[in-house]
Amino acid sequence: MAATADTVRQVEDVTGGAYKYGFVTDIDAEIAPKGLDESTIRFISAKKEEPEWLLEWRLKAFRQWQRMAEPNWAKVNYPPIDFQDIHYYAAPKKKDGPKSLDEVDPELLATYEKLGIPLKEQEMLAGVVAVDAVFDSVSVATTYKKELEKKGIVFCSISEAVHKHPELVKRYLGSVVPVADNYFACLNCAVFTDGSFVYIPKGVRCPMELSTYFRINAENTGQFERTLIVADEGSYVSYLEGCTAPQRDENQLHAAVVELVALDDAEIKYSTVQNWYPGDENGKGGIYNFVTKRGACRGKRSKISWTQVETGSAITWKYPSCILQGDDSVGEFYSVAITNNAQQADTGTKMIHLGRNTRSTIISKGISAGRADNTYRGLVRISKKAEGARNYTQCDSLLIGDKCGAHTVPYIESRNPSARVEHEATTSKISEDQLFYCLARGLSEEQAVSLIVNGFCKEVMKELPMEFAVEAQKLIGISLEGSVG
Amino acid sequence: MALLEIEGLHVEVEGKEILKGIDLVIEPGEVHAIMGPNGSGKSTLSYVLSGREGYEVTAGSIRFDGHDLLEMEADERAVAGIFLAFQYPVELPGVSGMTFLKEAVNARRKAAGEGDIDAMAFLKLVRAKAKGLGITDEMLKRAVNVGFSGGEKKRNEILHMAVLEPKLCVLDETDSGLDIDALKVVSDGVNALRDPARSMLVITHYQRLLNHIEPDKVHVLARGRIRRTGGKELALELEQKGYADFVEAA
Repeated sequence: MAATADTVRQVEDVTGGAYKYGFVTDIDAEIAPKGLDESTIRFISAKKEEPEWLLEWRLKAFRQWQRMAEPNWAKVNYPPIDFQDIHYYAAPKKKDGPKSLDEVDPELLATYEKLGIPLKEQEMLAGVVAVDAVFDSVSVATTYKKELEKKGIVFCSISEAVHKHPELVKRYLGSVVPVADNYFACLNCAVFTDGSFVYIPKGVRCPMELSTYFRINAENTGQFERTLIVADEGSYVSYLEGCTAPQRDENQLHAAVVELVALDDAEIKYSTVQNWYPGDENGKGGIYNFVTKRGACRGKRSKISWTQVETGSAITWKYPSCILQGDDSVGEFYSVAITNNAQQADTGTKMIHLGRNTRSTIISKGISAGRADNTYRGLVRISKKAEGARNYTQCDSLLIGDKCGAHTVPYIESRNPSARVEHEATTSKISEDQLFYCLARGLSEEQAVSLIVNGFCKEVMKELPMEFAVEAQKLIGISLEGSVG
Repeated sequence: MALLEIEGLHVEVEGKEILKGIDLVIEPGEVHAIMGPNGSGKSTLSYVLSGREGYEVTAGSIRFDGHDLLEMEADERAVAGIFLAFQYPVELPGVSGMTFLKEAVNARRKAAGEGDIDAMAFLKLVRAKAKGLGITDEMLKRAVNVGFSGGEKKRNEILHMAVLEPKLCVLDETDSGLDIDALKVVSDGVNALRDPARSMLVITHYQRLLNHIEPDKVHVLARGRIRRTGGKELALELEQKGYADFVEAA
């Protein structure tokens, strides 16, 4: 119980021993009371036994956040979020989830069925049981870890990294997404619970795809996830986030922050399949995903590549971006965003060209069906010093049915006359001719839509790591079921 | 038993009657040609047979291989053995031709209660059929009909037909847009599929296709009805006289 005694003392220290928020008697509580003020943040930090500097960092963020206003420029509609009506800390493994699969939305189960997910894993994804009760994740993780350790690669939770690699965390945390960058990122800084930390040493090529599927599920990382990936000079890593199976989550608001740092000649490939619960047909119960993802190509000839397949959540607000600081650095953004029923997605990227001869590519494929809205919002900025910078942007929208919407909002700012920026955009519909052609060959309507949409997304899908791509293809078909006819 | 039996078929498109009482019986192994001027309802007949939406049957019946065809959806008809070779094959950007064809094969196998075809067996099957049609591996890798010339599209249709082995092939103006050499390749491909158990309905404006694909019967479709039926010599007669008699009559 030494740890608990320690935390009590820490809380006493920071609150001046006054216990005025009444938390101390609850220090063993598994869950923080609803609401957000400085004592909530001290509670989280104490629970995680964080060093002083990190607590200060959180508090500073919180004070800034209080002065900020929720952004409203995105093309998404949702009722006001009551930030005082949220639990900001829940102990790992504690779940208020359903007791058995019988209590789970049958539609969700049908989807698991179609994706061919084993029963035990279904229980885990639906939140019936914790992951460690399911598969032998301990042994998987151990094998994994040993091989990585040999190469000097650090892959652990960010809380663990705070204790074991404080110098790295301190140097890079908040260095890509500043604390006060935006409303949701700032909130994340104040209350983030956990997430992943990756460090690839100089000249090391990570021998396997690092997947959150094995790591994150081992703990309940909550709704304010924090990820930091640092690729040192000449290193390479491919990181996979999310999984194709729809994940249920009791937390409606998700505000994650992901920071990537690539030094000289380093390359980071970051792939996401996001399939959080989109809610029912009317979007009720669906997740709000307000995430800030940004990569800094700090080094010369460094490269950061974002690939995302976004099919879930009621609202997606997400702009994975690259700051191309190092000369000859490269940024890429490949995105498929699918919205069906009442889903809303406002997503895109920012490519900030600072260094000479920096290059960026943006390929965005938006698909809307039902009554959904899908917006591409992007910024390509060429600074004065970005001599010879180049960008190619292609935004394609596909509409299914006549009640959905697709919007493209590209911003281009060029301050260097030698830069070359290209933008292409198309909007199309699945034609009745295409559907009939498929049907006349014996394909069902659902197969036909899936095939046509996958064809439309091909340029992005081929950027996904192989095993992910196959699942993502299936997922695209399933996401659009019932959208035609 | 006849493979296809059409009786008193009336069809409307957007409220306008296009087919006004079609009767047609095709026995297994027979090749029938339907000829007629533009707007006579030839393509409508092919779409009604394959179950396209927007073609409303107001009277009559179609029996196919023991099924009431009008009760079946387009994809059900296809897996039951009706194949439509399109006049204008449709482009599917990004969809690989091989994937598309494999899905079509597997749809059929699924309906027959069989498992998916083995990938190697499928590749072998397609290559064998493609060879006779002058379809290269490079063409097979392309997206369905994207960037294909008119002739390539038509050859690709015949490849689908050869791989899917339907019971009834409906060829909708397969000769349109083909030069003489391509016409020969396509016709040879079709002839290779002639079989005592397989029937064909060849829809065309011109007699020249029927020099290559010899029909057992020729029907003249004009103003929504079959106006005359004869042997292959009827096609030659039409070539000389044109459709004027049928357009003006009645």
